[in-house]
Amino acid sequence: MSKLLSPARTQVLFMGNEAIARGALEAGLNVAAGYPGTPSSEIIESLAHVARERKLYVEWSTNEKVALEVAAAASFAGLRSMCVMKQNGVNVASDFLLHLTASGTRGGLVLVTCEDPGALSSVNEGESRYFARMLEIPLLEPSSFQEAKDLTKWAFELSEAIGNVVMLRSVTRMSHASGNVICGKLPAKSRRAKFDYDGPVMDSRTGPMISTPVVAKHTLHQKKLKGVEVLFEKSPFNRYAGPAKPQLLIITSSVCFLYSQEAIKMLGLHKKVGILKLGCTWPLPPALLKKHLLKTDKILIVEEVLSFLEENVKVLAAGMLKQMGSKIFYGKIDGSLPSVGELNPDIVAAALGKIMKVKRKSLPADYTRKLQKAAALVPVREQTFCAGCPHRASFWNIHNAIALDGRKGFVCGDIGCYSMAALSPATGYHTMPTLHSMGSGTGLASGFAKLAAFGFDKPILTVCGDSTFYHAVIPALINAQHNRADITFIVLDNAGTAMTGFQPHPGLPTSALKETVPAVDIAAICAAIGAKVMISDPFDLETTSKILTSFLEDKGSVKVLILRQACALSPEKKGKKKFNVKVNDALCLGESCGCNRLCTRIFRCPALIWDRIKKKALVDEVICAGCGVCASICPQKAILKTEATV
Amino acid sequence: MLVTAGYYVTIGETFGMSQRGGSVMSHLRISRESVLSPQIPQGRADIIVGLEPAEALRVLTRYGNPDVVVLINSRVVYPIGVITGELSYPSLSEIESIFKELTAHSWLIDATIAAVELGNPVLSNIVMIGALAKTALLPICRRAFEKEIARNMAADKCEINLRAFDAGAGMIENIVD
Repeated sequence: MSKLLSPARTQVLFMGNEAIARGALEAGLNVAAGYPGTPSSEIIESLAHVARERKLYVEWSTNEKVALEVAAAASFAGLRSMCVMKQNGVNVASDFLLHLTASGTRGGLVLVTCEDPGALSSVNEGESRYFARMLEIPLLEPSSFQEAKDLTKWAFELSEAIGNVVMLRSVTRMSHASGNVICGKLPAKSRRAKFDYDGPVMDSRTGPMISTPVVAKHTLHQKKLKGVEVLFEKSPFNRYAGPAKPQLLIITSSVCFLYSQEAIKMLGLHKKVGILKLGCTWPLPPALLKKHLLKTDKILIVEEVLSFLEENVKVLAAGMLKQMGSKIFYGKIDGSLPSVGELNPDIVAAALGKIMKVKRKSLPADYTRKLQKAAALVPVREQTFCAGCPHRASFWNIHNAIALDGRKGFVCGDIGCYSMAALSPATGYHTMPTLHSMGSGTGLASGFAKLAAFGFDKPILTVCGDSTFYHAVIPALINAQHNRADITFIVLDNAGTAMTGFQPHPGLPTSALKETVPAVDIAAICAAIGAKVMISDPFDLETTSKILTSFLEDKGSVKVLILRQACALSPEKKGKKKFNVKVNDALCLGESCGCNRLCTRIFRCPALIWDRIKKKALVDEVICAGCGVCASICPQKAILKTEATV
Repeated sequence: MLVTAGYYVTIGETFGMSQRGGSVMSHLRISRESVLSPQIPQGRADIIVGLEPAEALRVLTRYGNPDVVVLINSRVVYPIGVITGELSYPSLSEIESIFKELTAHSWLIDATIAAVELGNPVLSNIVMIGALAKTALLPICRRAFEKEIARNMAADKCEINLRAFDAGAGMIENIVD
């Protein structure tokens, strides 16, 4: 039996994301849809595993907006549904979300956003808490693993009670951390879908699901949100712990609650500092806030990343100035805490210590000095493509074609493992100077290609992964074709959504539920819009380079090269070497070779190392994935590959 | 294992892009009293298990203290900057002497070689768990491990994992008092 279906009252170790999934199951979830993105992916994955037993429909949608639309349809039909994404996914879904919050929902609909303060696995640390305020929907933030489950369950009830979307926000340190959870009951019955739309336009239970008449519906929407404030006043997810009259009140939410608790403990301040932990962070319950703000004159607000909670608390406090008098607020705005990056117990303890004028017990000075001396010896470990990664070969080909062309062409980057080509420029052989959101590489390329009239005549290339292609590239590609943008568009097709853990996408014949589904062919789509399409294996350096060179010479249209080779970590490849690769010492000329260590200085594969004693290249067989590409780059043919026998 | 034994366990991890050739760290915390934060405060680690020597050193410099105990896989995985010659990697003896000086106790074992001998380098993680269990620093024993492996692994994988566990245990002779 899956751990996710553990019986009621048992205690299990759940990852935050599993706790959220379990909460949804306990709420009687029917439909879940999402798009993979760290740190959110395990929610949909774990729900897909139990879909059959729990009679769920679970899908990986092409993007977050479509996922929210799929979830909304279920809600309109009276079912409970959930839509899951990472922080920037909310931006993708936001246009529909604006209209959805205006039309309202029926069956409980919870939007889960898992955010990444500090950008541990993102190229942004965007916040979507502001969406909750802007779109006037309730926002819940769990601060423990148990709460991640319990709040999710309650979110469905809340959504149904107010007839609108509820946003539940987690962060990396909650979603990808694990902790104890006591399971609740799983409901025995599932719901049947029924969609009524013949009633009056203002009747949210039986009328059509539309956002008009806008002002009348907006009025109703705001009235519902006022009702949420009342529920939040009494919610057990908002709790105070600490002395009756603290010298300082910490107001916090999410995992920052655990950091704050720990900081108080580290400084021995539990008799002087209290914590108001909020599980419900928008709209703020005014009476509850007033009650606790009256306890003291000094308030520290601990949150990630921006000053969302702090701003909202200050607005409330300003409105109660007469009853409450003025307060001193510490937080992001006065610089007590940083408003970039993630927090941790040390950062919170430092802020707390400064305000309370308490020093933390530190390590012996001599020991700290020795640690610092040791730290200087540790080499930086730069991110890079894995051994055997097809992207390394793809960028090797791209770099060589650009160099041969000689006009200093460049690649507009996109989101996936191949983003590393921009993040660690040497890894992408210095070809990729732009990197933004999903699909933006193709849009930017389309724009750069139209600058020829302004004297900009470099060849423009762009890359995207297979999953990214379906997510947001297609409109930009059509734009390029229709507006005659001369671009070389390269699909780095590694047969799955590799970075987030090999979730299927529309190009594969399998769904999230492991059913056989029609695969949508990238080559056929590109050909259908009129682009010139070629397919190659990036490990075949000769053929791939030839195609790329001819594409750079071929002016005036969109050229598509699909580079197909499965990810080295994919389940079908992992642990299986195609080739045994070795360096022949007799052939390797080492530093005296005219190649200037092309293999170990430029190619940069973690498995191809430099033997300092022999001063020759060497393959680390434990790390080598056996792709054999390095055998093709050695001018001396000193790297030998032989077919591996299984 | 530890949840069943009545502890609050918190594991803080990062995955995704942070895994691609970079350094990754997991924080494991256990408490009898309450949920702890998923990040260990600086200078407050009790045990460091390093799967690579320079990475163990990196972690020590942030989380180390005079009482910390360290178990390290001696197998070096060179950072790209070291391979290209832009950076240098400290010698193993240099690393070893730093650990001797700055920790209460340290073990340096070649878990990767043991795993390769067992047929698969990926087993080095289990070798390290076996070694960690043998140190008796944590409330984990072979029987509990055996149960956990049986629950999480395909039946044909159990034996090799137990052999890897035992190989690791065999590499630890001196137990801290």
